[in-house]
Amino acid sequence: MKSEKILLSHGSGGRSMHSLIKNIFVKHFDSATLKELEDSAVLDISYAGSELCFTTDSYTVDPLFFPGGDIGKLAVCGTVNDISVMGAIPLFLSCGIIVEEGLETGLLERIAESMAGTARKAGVEIVTGDFKVVEKGKADRIFINTSGIGIRRRKTKTGRRLIKPGDKVIINGTIGEHELAVLSARNSFGITTGIRSDCAPLNGLIREILKASDRVRFMRDPTRGGIAATLNEIVEDSDRGILLYENEIPVTAKVSSLCEMLGFDPLYLANEGKVIVVCGSKDTCKVLTAMKKHPFGRKSAIIGEVVRDPEGKVIMETLAGSHRIVEMLSGSQLPRIC
Amino acid sequence: MKYISEFRDRKVAEKLVAEIRREAEDFREGCIRIMEVCGTHTMTIGKFGIRKILPESIRLLSGPGCPVCVTPDTYMDTAIKLSRMKDTVIATFGDMMRVPGSFSSLEKEKAEGARIEVIYSPLDAVDIADRHPGQGVILLGIGFETTVPAVALAIKRADEQKKRNFCVLSGHKLIPPAMAALLQDRDVRIDGFLCPGHVSTVIGSHPYEFIPQRYKIPCVIGGFEPVDILQSILMLVRKIARHEEPSVEIQYKRIVKSEGNIKARNIIDDIFCRTDSEWRGIGNIKDSGLAIRKRYKFLDAEKRFPVAVKRSGRRTSCICGDILKGKKTPAECRLFGRSCTPENPVGPCMVSSEGTCAAFYKYEGMR
Repeated sequence: MKSEKILLSHGSGGRSMHSLIKNIFVKHFDSATLKELEDSAVLDISYAGSELCFTTDSYTVDPLFFPGGDIGKLAVCGTVNDISVMGAIPLFLSCGIIVEEGLETGLLERIAESMAGTARKAGVEIVTGDFKVVEKGKADRIFINTSGIGIRRRKTKTGRRLIKPGDKVIINGTIGEHELAVLSARNSFGITTGIRSDCAPLNGLIREILKASDRVRFMRDPTRGGIAATLNEIVEDSDRGILLYENEIPVTAKVSSLCEMLGFDPLYLANEGKVIVVCGSKDTCKVLTAMKKHPFGRKSAIIGEVVRDPEGKVIMETLAGSHRIVEMLSGSQLPRIC
Repeated sequence: MKYISEFRDRKVAEKLVAEIRREAEDFREGCIRIMEVCGTHTMTIGKFGIRKILPESIRLLSGPGCPVCVTPDTYMDTAIKLSRMKDTVIATFGDMMRVPGSFSSLEKEKAEGARIEVIYSPLDAVDIADRHPGQGVILLGIGFETTVPAVALAIKRADEQKKRNFCVLSGHKLIPPAMAALLQDRDVRIDGFLCPGHVSTVIGSHPYEFIPQRYKIPCVIGGFEPVDILQSILMLVRKIARHEEPSVEIQYKRIVKSEGNIKARNIIDDIFCRTDSEWRGIGNIKDSGLAIRKRYKFLDAEKRFPVAVKRSGRRTSCICGDILKGKKTPAECRLFGRSCTPENPVGPCMVSSEGTCAAFYKYEGMR
């Protein structure tokens, strides 16, 4: 690339836009469909006995690069995971990018590389996209939107209404890393925390889970709002509750200490490589074993169970041996005074 | 998890609870009234469900030890007005963002375009001043003896660097005078104090001595993990049940020394002097606040940017005052959980993560 910064002309539809798209996106995404640069991607998804899953998500993060990930990796993983937790196999992604004038071209290329690498690992193809440039000050460096299409076998049925008392709640590892990694990377604390984001595509792990059991009732990735939000969403307005065991929830010492310092609760911190699985108690062992065999599930643990009472609420057996309610977060967690 | 997991050990917790039950068995429901002065204690009690595992004879009351909760409307109104001034940047701890003043909040002002930056340490505010030489950076100095040394240090550094675009709006308060004010209130009945661990790190145990001496009430300076709190409660209940001579004891020995932190106190004394201070819901308490000394007046926001703020005539049925004094619980407030929620707080006890109402709402499912 001759120019080192993204200029408004890169988004104007002319020659410079074409060369940028070819030299960055087409090159890295390496997809035969994308290479055609048609107005739409034409996809062959005629799998018998399947249904389509379709989702979209937009990504903005500050800083763009943080320990364990970057906005590109996030944009692929987030959408892959949203499809996967529905019990579907993600196949194709779109990628819409809005860039603020003046962004370094090298940075854009690093992000595209990261997206391509993550997509390759996840076994999905980025087949269509869009690229716009806005004036300086009209966006914060780069925003990415990805949509995704996946297929699901018709007989795979999951949904929060299917959970039953006695079902177990499983998570594939330690919580809270992503949000703290991003916060630390902003250098807000003035200390090096060594915490890395857990950002990862979970389709491989989820495939193993579904292979191991057909009693998986529900799955969801606990991103913003943390596991507290996800668990509350599961039981909200239902006649089921969830009982959590605080001493079983995997939290690293680093996360735990930093949370104590800042007055944060790890239950409310965002994750980008975690999935909460609710599964029939008979298959708990099978599911847990399958999860632990997968690189993204080594520290999987049963953290709770579905209960009849209290309805619509999440309660937790605390480390002190008592019980308390786990609410959804109100507003955002704010660093405290003392 | 050094210094955390040991103090969250369930077996130890269960043993302590059994011991507390034994000591308190002859008391009727609600007869032993223990006040945890500090907001962080209130949080731990809620977070680990400690209230529920204690015998019915023990009633835990939350005290005035949440700095956000006791900050009066007038302070918030001043901060909001300062944020509206041209070329000012407000630097504040996160908890202050959503505290309602009489007409707005910092969060709302930020959305309107005011420059407000959330900081993690008071020294961050000095750095902000470095980065914005053309702007006046005003640090909101809120907090008790725990936070004051760090703010004093920021003032000292700004003084050494001869920074002209940095100042502090001091709303700092002191804990022992507030405890004294509570004890003078005839309606307040307290049998034991769980004294704040972090405040005591700085002030030591001596400033509480007047409580057992004059009021015959035992005090224990406790840590913040569930085992710390249970052990502190056991120490208090033992004193009360066995009619032992009241005294100030330190449970949080791994951090607190009886003489406190002399260095931290010296820097406080260098920068600040005592002054009367208004506590929300409690009123004016003599010598309970800290003002910036005259020789640092160019670092004092009150002197640098004088703004007129009326005493707010705001009337709500919020009973934060009675809650801060341990006279009532959040469940007794008509607004609690109805028109006053963490999304839409009426009183500061609902805003701050350490506020009694927020802790009850979040952890005890009382709605």
